[in-house]
Amino acid sequence: MDIFFYIAAVVAVISTIMAISGRNAIHSLLYLILSLLAISVVFYLLSAPFIAALEVIIYAGAIMVLFIFVTMMLNIGLEREAEKKWMKPKMWIIPSILASILLINLILALKHVQPITINKEAIQPKQVGISLFSTYLLAVEIAAILLMAGVIGAYHLGSQKKKVKHRFLEIK
Amino acid sequence: MLTIPVEIQILFAGILFFLGLIGLLVRRNMIFMLMSIEIMFNSAGLVFIIAGTHWQQPDGQVMFIFILAVTAVEVAIALALILQVYHHFKTLDADAVNNLKD
Repeated sequence: MDIFFYIAAVVAVISTIMAISGRNAIHSLLYLILSLLAISVVFYLLSAPFIAALEVIIYAGAIMVLFIFVTMMLNIGLEREAEKKWMKPKMWIIPSILASILLINLILALKHVQPITINKEAIQPKQVGISLFSTYLLAVEIAAILLMAGVIGAYHLGSQKKKVKHRFLEIK
Repeated sequence: MLTIPVEIQILFAGILFFLGLIGLLVRRNMIFMLMSIEIMFNSAGLVFIIAGTHWQQPDGQVMFIFILAVTAVEVAIALALILQVYHHFKTLDADAVNNLKD
């Protein structure tokens, strides 16, 4: 069991290093997604399958897509000649190798691991939900207020201010 | 179950946090700085999960869910700010945005 943890940890550290040292923002974001997937494998091995699913769905699925969307909107990821380099193997061979290592790791871990329902020591999602909505109910409501403030703030900051120009007042 | 000592797991989270800190301090591109902050948030959540598994309590996973909510809000606000900065300054260099300094 332990070797799977070490493999996933090494993949996470390598892809994180590549993410913070890359020059192209899109490639770094892809490495960061790979790092998040590796960390979700670690979560699974730490007997937190619900959190592993949340990591893939929300972090790698929603937040990183937001990142990529903004990066592409600002058009900073690619230079003029970047399109020629897209198909070079150098660009995709390392992420592919790391991702396939992670996939093989996950498959072998799934073969070796006991089913999570039999393992009495694993924390079930049911316990998490009961704790979330009983002990931490106030914190959940505060998080809801925070999300509301986030929505309003993002809308306010993201809206373009319309320039009101009169044709006589316009300064040439 | 893992038989790895909890120190090694904490060390893994610490390495990730340290990499995020290095990225935040070294890079000047705002997108990369935000990515480094994400890495640091994620390693903090990893510590919560490790502790929750170690003591067999669901509280660690609850805290990770809260970190997830805070991160989502932070990313949305920060990306909106980055868009505004890019429209004003036509650059993403964090050193260019120093009008508040003097």
